[in-house]
Amino acid sequence: MNFRKYLVLAGVTVFAVAGDAMLSHGMKQVGGISLHHLQSVIFAVLNPWVALGIFFLLGFFYTYTNALSWADLTYVMPATALGYVLLALVARFVLHEHISPLRWIGIVLITSGVGFVAGGPALTEHPLAEAGKMAEKARADTIGNEVGV
Amino acid sequence: MKHVYTWGAILAIVVASVVGDVLLSRAMKQVGDVGALRRRAGLWTVIGRTLSNPNFLLAVTSMAAAFFSLLFALSWGDVSLVAPAAASLTFIGNAIAAKIFLHERVDRRRWIAASLVAAGVALLAG
Repeated sequence: MNFRKYLVLAGVTVFAVAGDAMLSHGMKQVGGISLHHLQSVIFAVLNPWVALGIFFLLGFFYTYTNALSWADLTYVMPATALGYVLLALVARFVLHEHISPLRWIGIVLITSGVGFVAGGPALTEHPLAEAGKMAEKARADTIGNEVGV
Repeated sequence: MKHVYTWGAILAIVVASVVGDVLLSRAMKQVGDVGALRRRAGLWTVIGRTLSNPNFLLAVTSMAAAFFSLLFALSWGDVSLVAPAAASLTFIGNAIAAKIFLHERVDRRRWIAASLVAAGVALLAG
């Protein structure tokens, strides 16, 4: 794990929270959409908050797929849950909303869960993949030796 | 009866989300480390390789199915039940599916983490 990878995981959390919050804010401005008039969903995209929310959710999808390319699903999953914690903290300290004791317990549980998984390896090394990597390295060494000769 | 519909839709969200996450994870492992690949072969190679991966396309389809199941669930049940139930069950489902289908080493540390996060999400979103 290097700094860039931690940055990608932070991106997963921040983009998801920002996207959800903006989408929710925008949809409240747009108002309820009836199942009989589904085409009004298309006009909802014209709302700036909804458009910005979709842009941030695309950012979430990019960072999420990026993280899954080098880390296990069970490693990345808890990072997405940190978003709930971030949202609750924003609600408490920026919007000055009340957080019940049960929700504080929820925050502690999620944070401990993320702490637990972050202490372990990010990716499971499969024997076949390891054998493949070793064969590739051996081949590269051989080519290097031949070029050296 | 409405209760049955709501839980049926929650089950559909969980199954579609887990299938989507597992397929996406498998697709991205097949594509390889995106950062390293982009430096080596360029952004268009990364985009081309990702979009042409069948698992990626199936994953996006599954995620879309999860999204529409969520809309149905919300039309039958309260958001205070649907959101935490679907999110926390998805965490547990992902841990089980990752072990079975992706052969990830889900050791005691990861089981504890998944359970703590699932319980935390249920409390926070409830």
